[in-house]
Amino acid sequence: MGIIEDADGVGEIGSTVDGDIINISIKIKDNVIEDVKFKTFGCVVAISTSSMVTNLAKGKTIAEALALTNKDVITALDGLPEGKDRCSGFALDALKRAIEDYQHKNK
Amino acid sequence: MDHSATTPVDTLVVDAMLPYFSEMFGNSSSLHSFGMEAAEALSTARKQVADAIGALPEEIIFTSGGTESDNLAIRGVITHNSGKKHVITSVIEHPAVLNTCAFLESLGHEVTYVPVDAEGLIVLSLLERSIRENTVLISVMHANNEVGTIQPIKEIAQIAKKHNIYFHTDAVQSVGKIPVNVDDLGIDMLSLSSHKIHGPKGVGVLYVRKGTIIEPIVFGGNHEKGMRSGTENIPGIVGLGKAMVLAQQRLDTDSKYMQQMRDGIISKIFCSVADVRLNGHPTQRLPNNVNLSFKYVEGESMLMLLDMKGIAVSTGSACSSKSLKASHVLSSLNIEDDYIHGSLRISLGRENTIEDEDYLVESLKETVFRLRMMSPLSSQ
Repeated sequence: MGIIEDADGVGEIGSTVDGDIINISIKIKDNVIEDVKFKTFGCVVAISTSSMVTNLAKGKTIAEALALTNKDVITALDGLPEGKDRCSGFALDALKRAIEDYQHKNK
Repeated sequence: MDHSATTPVDTLVVDAMLPYFSEMFGNSSSLHSFGMEAAEALSTARKQVADAIGALPEEIIFTSGGTESDNLAIRGVITHNSGKKHVITSVIEHPAVLNTCAFLESLGHEVTYVPVDAEGLIVLSLLERSIRENTVLISVMHANNEVGTIQPIKEIAQIAKKHNIYFHTDAVQSVGKIPVNVDDLGIDMLSLSSHKIHGPKGVGVLYVRKGTIIEPIVFGGNHEKGMRSGTENIPGIVGLGKAMVLAQQRLDTDSKYMQQMRDGIISKIFCSVADVRLNGHPTQRLPNNVNLSFKYVEGESMLMLLDMKGIAVSTGSACSSKSLKASHVLSSLNIEDDYIHGSLRISLGRENTIEDEDYLVESLKETVFRLRMMSPLSSQ
């Protein structure tokens, strides 16, 4: 949890109008996600999926991280209450944006 | 601390109810002695409820709860084949009223939803201006279940009377918290619910002033003078009667006690947490209602963290499959976007203690701090 100050990539998703806001920052070394942190405004599901996405992404290569699916996150959390699966997608999207941000900067 | 949702049944109420399950189980419509016992219990409870709100026993109709009472009052005034009618209500009513009104609209009737100001008070001038030739009913809740704002019921009743329109109020949240007397307030119909006042679930009342003409919505064996058919829930009704007596006896003590606690929580939170606001009216407010909004955090996550500490509260923010949605009540109060998702309702009851108050304040401070640490919106 938190923000990596000298992050290599940052992804943010959401707005106060829709509600949830998820910010994910990553540190990359040799194509591997060395560190990843989140900050989330939202319900418990948004917070817990953000946390789980950072757990899952840490130590993975960029390709592996990009291959993570909604289902992987939900399975890792042992399932989500009905109607709440939308948030898990949000956290993944934020991670993918952070990776895109890194890739864009390092073209 | 979620007493606006429901309350524990008082042990004295349980004691009053118990004999009516297996010993005195009669059907009040039966002519034999078992039936008579039940009929007597029914009539005692009817008198207890009537006395508590300043009504006559024959003006009390027992129902299954607040929702049914609201339905009966609103659907009951639209009598069959009477043409297109108009009903006035407010934008912050309970869904039992709003969805009943929506149903009437689907049948071709008209409904005006009068707005409220930033503190949740209905705009009286707009209410009066919305009266039409075919207006048959004004229905405005006595006190709001989310933000606790108490409406100027007496003034609304006077407006209704001046224009010869029936006035109904949903008093589910106010009974037992503030004085409710149907004559003082000038009410034609009033809904109340047992489980909000330490009575059992599944019982309620619609008070209907003598001379008020409504039609039933449930048909059958003509119980409750044909206004609500179905064998009466005698244990429940006995429990409600007892709960009303107790609520009446304890009203002064309980409401003072809860109000002190309410004001204590509000001032302690305002002293120790930044970026917080009180939703609803500062003074025209239920003695047991605290509704706060915290910037940078979301209500449901606060609720869950407090639940893990053993504290039950509720929130006007719900994370649905589509978006993070603020309740219709909070949305009607024009609360800024920064605050609208971070609401928390704490509704007190007479069994809450000073220790509970302190524990809540400490836990809430901790919870808000923790979530703000996680929030990208906060610089904390």
